[in-house]
Amino acid sequence: MEDEASGIWNWDRAFAVFPELLEAFLQVTLVATVVGSLIAAVVGLVVAMTRKLAPAWIAWPVHGFMEFIRMTPVVVQLLFAYYAFNFDPLATGIVVLGIHYAAYMAEVYRSGIDAVPKGQWEAATALSMSPGRTWLKVIIPQSLRTVVPALGTWVISMFKDTPFLMVIFITDMVRRAQVYGGQHYAYTEAITLAGLIFLAASYPTYLLMKQLEKRLARY
Amino acid sequence: MRENFEELGARLPSFADGLLVTIQLTLGGGALAFVIAIILGVTARSEYLLVRGGARAIIEFFRGTSLLVQLFWLFYVLPLFGWRLESLVAGILALGLNYGAYAAEVVRGAINSVPQGQWEATTALSMRPMHRLRRIIWPQAWAIMIPSLSNLFIMLLKGTAVASIVLLQDLTWLGGQLRQATGDTFFAYGVTAVMYLGLAMLIVLGAAALEKAAKRRLGQGAAKATKPSAAAASTTVGG
Repeated sequence: MEDEASGIWNWDRAFAVFPELLEAFLQVTLVATVVGSLIAAVVGLVVAMTRKLAPAWIAWPVHGFMEFIRMTPVVVQLLFAYYAFNFDPLATGIVVLGIHYAAYMAEVYRSGIDAVPKGQWEAATALSMSPGRTWLKVIIPQSLRTVVPALGTWVISMFKDTPFLMVIFITDMVRRAQVYGGQHYAYTEAITLAGLIFLAASYPTYLLMKQLEKRLARY
Repeated sequence: MRENFEELGARLPSFADGLLVTIQLTLGGGALAFVIAIILGVTARSEYLLVRGGARAIIEFFRGTSLLVQLFWLFYVLPLFGWRLESLVAGILALGLNYGAYAAEVVRGAINSVPQGQWEATTALSMRPMHRLRRIIWPQAWAIMIPSLSNLFIMLLKGTAVASIVLLQDLTWLGGQLRQATGDTFFAYGVTAVMYLGLAMLIVLGAAALEKAAKRRLGQGAAKATKPSAAAASTTVGG
């Protein structure tokens, strides 16, 4: 019984693989999440504003394209971009993740912009503010405050999607765990630890977002 | 371009097989997710700390650890405990557990947003808890949760694309085969993406019909299409 128990979970193996996983976490997972969310946040805002400001012949194709991105698997998009552009895999992967999540964030921004009371627009007109100034000083600051928590949940989603990067041969944390498991014919420790690292990073972030949501709801 | 379509035509039977794998994963995972969502969504509202805490722990575990990790765990680790799962079964289990945990939050939020007066009325009529939930609360919560659940169902459909990693010959895998055969990345993955889009559209249409039926049962017209409570429930999706 004792032997069987140590065969199920081996601490030596766990300690051996942990630094490797952590390294991949910092080099791939974290980098992809941070850069990817920055791309998503900026592109998403631009797309949302395009729908409000641009003429229909620009706004509709952009909207249609983003809808297509939103409705098709990110894995297929990663494979497509990898083979179509023949560019640095990690950079390609990060941009694809960023644009995929921009499609979701655009919807979040849109609801945030729609939620700014009509009186604010009217007040800006009454003060004869220029459209640019109205957006920058009145509309965007107010909508940002309401959308931050929802954007945060998409960032967490993207974070947990980063293992999909392995389909374009990027050795992320989960791929590392799979390789280690294959070499030692012992998957338990490596894959479990990879999951726990995800949990350890995403759950506190989720709690923080919830707290933030509560605080922002007071305004 | 003509050779591309000829190649696609020659491969149509295998695409039908791949489509079948993707549909099996989607429907199987979706059905499992729905059952799990109802169980966890209801128990997460329990008045007993132990029951509530247990449900919360399960929800947070499956929401927090990434779909691919869960799939690999079922695929690589479980056999070491003597449970060898077929790839398709592992895929359905992983998708069902992962999206079931997300959907549980939708179910919980929708039940919570049923107006307080409805609960009080059931108490006034001294209904038993199960009866109350089944006849009064659930039909109202159901109408609220359909839009968020359909969003999650589409995410689940897109999540099935990871199945090719555990050696399943699904639509994404066939897209890769088509790319190798034609050498045309645009064409191969364009066709693949359009197929996923078609499936997603079916889900959207199905959900719209379900929502209409649920609202009609409650005597709510089409004019009150989306209530603010539906938006509130959908913000819990994704975390």
